[in-house]
Amino acid sequence: MAMASPPQAVSSERDLRLDLIRGLALWLIFLDHIPENIVSWITIRNYGFSDATEIFIFISGYTAAFVYGRAMRERGFILSSARILRRAWQIYVAHIFLFTIFMAEIAYVAATFDNPLYAEEMKILDFFKQPDVIVFQALLLKFKPVNMDVLPLYIVLLVLFPPMLFVLLRLPNLALAASALIYALTLKMDWNLPAYPNGVWFFNPFAWQLLFVFGAWCAVGGAPRLAALLRSRAVLVAAIVYLVFAFCVSLTWNFESLERFVPLLLRQWMYPIDKTNLDVLRFAHFLALAAVTVRFVRRDWPGLKSPILQPAIRCGQHSLEIFCLGVFLAFAGQFIIAEASGGPLLQTFVSVLGLIIMTATAYLISWYKGMEGRGPRVRVKSADADLAERGA
Amino acid sequence: MTFLITVLAAIALASGAAAATPGDDCDVPASLIASDADLARMAGAIKERHRLDISVVGSASSALAGPDGARFSYPAQLEQVLKERLPGNDIKVTAHVLPRQTTADMATALPKILAEDRPTLVIWQAGTVDALRGVEPEEFRVHLDKGVAAIAAANADAVMMNMQYSPRTESMLGVTAYADVMRWVAERHDVVLFDRLAVMRYWSDAGIFDLYAATSGYAMARRVHQCIGRALAAQIIQAGHLEAGNMQISR
Repeated sequence: MAMASPPQAVSSERDLRLDLIRGLALWLIFLDHIPENIVSWITIRNYGFSDATEIFIFISGYTAAFVYGRAMRERGFILSSARILRRAWQIYVAHIFLFTIFMAEIAYVAATFDNPLYAEEMKILDFFKQPDVIVFQALLLKFKPVNMDVLPLYIVLLVLFPPMLFVLLRLPNLALAASALIYALTLKMDWNLPAYPNGVWFFNPFAWQLLFVFGAWCAVGGAPRLAALLRSRAVLVAAIVYLVFAFCVSLTWNFESLERFVPLLLRQWMYPIDKTNLDVLRFAHFLALAAVTVRFVRRDWPGLKSPILQPAIRCGQHSLEIFCLGVFLAFAGQFIIAEASGGPLLQTFVSVLGLIIMTATAYLISWYKGMEGRGPRVRVKSADADLAERGA
Repeated sequence: MTFLITVLAAIALASGAAAATPGDDCDVPASLIASDADLARMAGAIKERHRLDISVVGSASSALAGPDGARFSYPAQLEQVLKERLPGNDIKVTAHVLPRQTTADMATALPKILAEDRPTLVIWQAGTVDALRGVEPEEFRVHLDKGVAAIAAANADAVMMNMQYSPRTESMLGVTAYADVMRWVAERHDVVLFDRLAVMRYWSDAGIFDLYAATSGYAMARRVHQCIGRALAAQIIQAGHLEAGNMQISR
C-alpha cells in the first residue's frame, strides 16, 4: 500500500494481488460447488469461518469502485451509473443462462432417475412440473437453484451501487458508516428479500453489502488510511490469534470427537455461524485473513510476476466469465461423477480438468479482447471505461 | 463436515485395506453415532420398568411404500433390533409418519401424540419437507425448538433425525442449512441427533451402498432402512448407557 502517493497514483495501476486472490477464490468456489468432492478438502471454508464468497464479494466491491469510480470522476454520474447498470444486466443474462442449464439437468434427472428410497426427495421435481411458475420466479430472481445465489447477490449490489459510489467518492467514511448501519439494522430487523417458494435469499444483500462497500471504500482511498493499522504488531497478533482460534473450531467440525473440547457456553454463544446474514464472526475472519495477507504479500511482490501464478491471475481478471463457467463446470462435473458413481479418483480428475478449462478459457478471453484492442496493455492507457466490463 | 470421512474412505479403498466386505456390513464408525447428550429417561424406563415405548414422528422418508412397506421401514427395524439387543424388555415402536408434513405441522401434532402414546422416547425425523418447501431456516428452528420442548415437558427423551443423503437430488434440494439448524438445536437442548445425512454419506463413500443407482425395486431401499434401524438402535443403546453387559447385572 503506497501510502505517501496521491490518490491518483494509488488507483492508476491494477493491483495484481486482487486478480490473483480473486482468481484463487473462483477456483475454490468451483471446487466447493461440486458436492462430494474430495478436492474441496483443500478449500478455506474447512479451516475457518469465512470462505471464498467473502473474498469474491470484497474484491468485486474493490474493483467496481476502482473502475467505475474513475469513470464517475471523469465522465460523471449518469454515464458511470449507466455502465454499472449495463454490467448488472450482463450478470443477469449470465445468471439466466446458467438457470437454463440447470433446468436441462433437472429434466434429465426427472426422466432417468428413480429409487423408492428417495420418493420424498424426488418431490422436488414437482416444482418443475409448473415451468410457467418456476421460470417466471427465476426471472424475478426469487427462485434460485442450489449454488446459484452469488450472481443474484452481485446483481442487487451493483444495481444499488451508483448512489453508494457517489457518496463514497465525496465522503467515503460516511458511506462506510451508512453501510455498517444498514448491516446492523438488517441483523436487528431481519430485513431480506423474499424467495420462492418460501423464505428469503440465501445471501442477504442487505447484510453482504457491507463487504462490498468495504471493498469499495478501500479502493477509493480507504486502504492507505488502514496502512498504519495494518503495520501495527498488535493488529497482526490479534488477526493471527483469531485465525488460529477459528482454525481450531473448524477442526471440530471435521473431527467430531474433538467437539467436546469446545466449551458448551462458547458453542451456544457462537453457533449457528450464519452465512445468510454474514455473521460477524465470518466478517471478522475475513478481515483477519485480509490483514495477514496484505502484510505478507506486498503489492510489488516479485512472485506476482512468476509464471506459476499467472493462471490464477488470468482467471481473476475475467471474473464474471470464469465464475459462470465455474458454476457450469461444477454442474457438469457433478453430473459426470453421479453418472459414473465416481470415487475420489474421478472427483480429482474432474476438479483438475475443471481448473484447466477455466484457465484456458481465461486465456482465450484475453486473446479475444487483445484482438479487439481491449487487451490489458492498451486498457491502462485508454481511459475508456469499457475496461469496466472486465474489472468489476 | 464429512469430507474427512470421504478422505478416510478413499484411503481405505485405495490401499485395499477396507476390512469389511462392502455391501455385507453396514456398521458405522462410532464417531458418527456418538453423542454428548444421554437418554436418561429412556434408560430409567428400561431399568425400572423393563418397558420402552417409542414414538417415531416423521415424513415420507421414515416409511417405505410398496408391499409391506411399514414392516421394512426403519421404525419396525428399530423395534426388532432393540428387542434383540435388550432381551427381556417390553419394547414397542409406534410410527406417526405422514407424507408432506413440515416441522411446523409435526410440532403442532406432537402434544396429541405424546398424550396418546405416552412414550419415553420420541424419534423425530424432520427437515426434508421443509427443504422441499424452502421454509426459512429460522422458522424451521423455531418449530424444532417448540417440538423438542414439548417432548421434554411430556417427560420423554428425544432423538432428532435429519435428512437422507441423496446425491442425485443434491443440486436441486439444498439440505445443508437445515442440517446445520438441527445440529444446533440438538446442541442447545442437549438432545441426541441421529445424523442420517452423515451416516448415509459414509455408506456411499465407503461403497457399502450405491446411492446414485437408479432402480424401481425395493431391495436396496429396504436394506438401507434396515441399516438405519440398526445404527439408530446402536446410538440409542449407547446414549442410554444400556450396554448388553450392564443389563444383565441390573436386576
